[in-house]
Amino acid sequence: MKTYYNPEDLKKFGNITELQKAMGDKFFAYYAEVFKEGALTAREKSLIALAVAHAIQCPYCIDAYTSDTLEKGCDEEQMMEAVHVAAAIRGGASLVHGTQMMNKIKEITM
Amino acid sequence: MKSLKALNHTLSNPEEALEILEEQLPNGKKSFQAHLQTIGLFPLKPTQIEIFQVNLGKMCNQVCKHCHVDAGPDRKEIMTRETMLECLRVITHETSIHTVDLTGGAPEMNPEFRWFVTEIRNARPDISILVRCNLTIILANPKYHDLPDFFKENRVEVVSSLPYFTALRTDSQRGDGVFEKSIEALKRLNAVGYGMEGTGLSLNLVYNPSGAFLPGAQDELEREFKKKLLDKFGVHFNSLFAITNIPISRFLDYLIRSENYESYMEKLIDAFNPSAAAGVMCRNTISIGWDGWLYDCDFNQMLEMKVDEKSSQHISKWDGNALLARDIKVNNHCFGCTAGAGSSCGGATA
Ligand code: SF4
Ligand code: SF4
Repeated sequence: MKTYYNPEDLKKFGNITELQKAMGDKFFAYYAEVFKEGALTAREKSLIALAVAHAIQCPYCIDAYTSDTLEKGCDEEQMMEAVHVAAAIRGGASLVHGTQMMNKIKEITM
Repeated sequence: MKSLKALNHTLSNPEEALEILEEQLPNGKKSFQAHLQTIGLFPLKPTQIEIFQVNLGKMCNQVCKHCHVDAGPDRKEIMTRETMLECLRVITHETSIHTVDLTGGAPEMNPEFRWFVTEIRNARPDISILVRCNLTIILANPKYHDLPDFFKENRVEVVSSLPYFTALRTDSQRGDGVFEKSIEALKRLNAVGYGMEGTGLSLNLVYNPSGAFLPGAQDELEREFKKKLLDKFGVHFNSLFAITNIPISRFLDYLIRSENYESYMEKLIDAFNPSAAAGVMCRNTISIGWDGWLYDCDFNQMLEMKVDEKSSQHISKWDGNALLARDIKVNNHCFGCTAGAGSSCGGATA
């Protein structure tokens, strides 16, 4: 079956350096640095990544960060709350633009 | 729920399990032996015999889904006093042994358990005695209610499984109601001083993933467990050991049924860590089966891979020097001990 997304491709992520090594290497070094334990714990960063993965609806990231948050000891409730944070921000971002609509309504109606 | 053995399941036959482990390696992956060869660790040799791990039997009051022993109430194989006497003889004379680790099943269900512990303590006041207590046993029957006091009297260290600090995750792996009972048992252990600062009575918890994923960093999990157990339930403990599920017995059955076998093996193999390989527990442990046969570890025991030293394969024929010179038997389940930070009965190794 041909589909745009194939779970097997996630494992090939590292291969992106084949076509542009310098940038690819820099990206992966940066990526590794970002996810290191820092002012935020590795666990907190993983939950943020899970939420962002849902916001950007990336199936690779959802796959990877579902496993990663489980491995880091998060439970189902915490993970679903992270998804709700993504949903709330996405929903909120749509709704807050309602103010622009309201401005425009004011502008052009009597 | 029944044991695989009671169900006459093919995986209760160690030969079937070994065949899967040997023949179904994910595409392009090399065997555990080949991995050891690359880093110059094959054949794997013991460094010393320091931990004497006795499996008192397969009988248990629980039937956890991931159990590598395939233990349960329907298992009747338990160690006799006669075999325990053979063990005592070795514990008394092998001075390199600094820890006796009592496991099962539920070791406390063996009617000779208390006698055995007392005798070990009398024979070797200097060593650590650990019991792998599943917690719920303490509440299972009034005759076990005083176990915390018994442990304390004999300075036994308690090591207990608690896969998670919520009922959902714990019960899905260990059975309905197990979480609540485990918390109650932990409180009773705390009440006599276990896990409490300054008492010297250690209570360590074992975390293992409830599914086909690897454990995260042990120190971070410990921090999270400590906070959650204290805030929510007022429970104290000393350390958390993060253990990787080894792909044998009921966990192997789960992996195959849930179609996670290949990806799980791949994860383990990709996470192979040479320094964890150098520190695998079989290098300083010997494992004794309920019937006195000797193994490199409790996992090899369940796969019925007896030690590779014909002159000393049974406790009655113990020869410490010969055992120290043996080659440790490995197979692809061993990838469970070398993934990431490594895994042993005492948690991470690297
Ligand atoms: S994991 Fe431990 S408590 Fe659970 S069935 Fe096996 S021996 Fe019993
Ligand atoms: S499974 Fe047993 S023999 Fe294999 S590495 Fe682990 S402890 Fe050693």
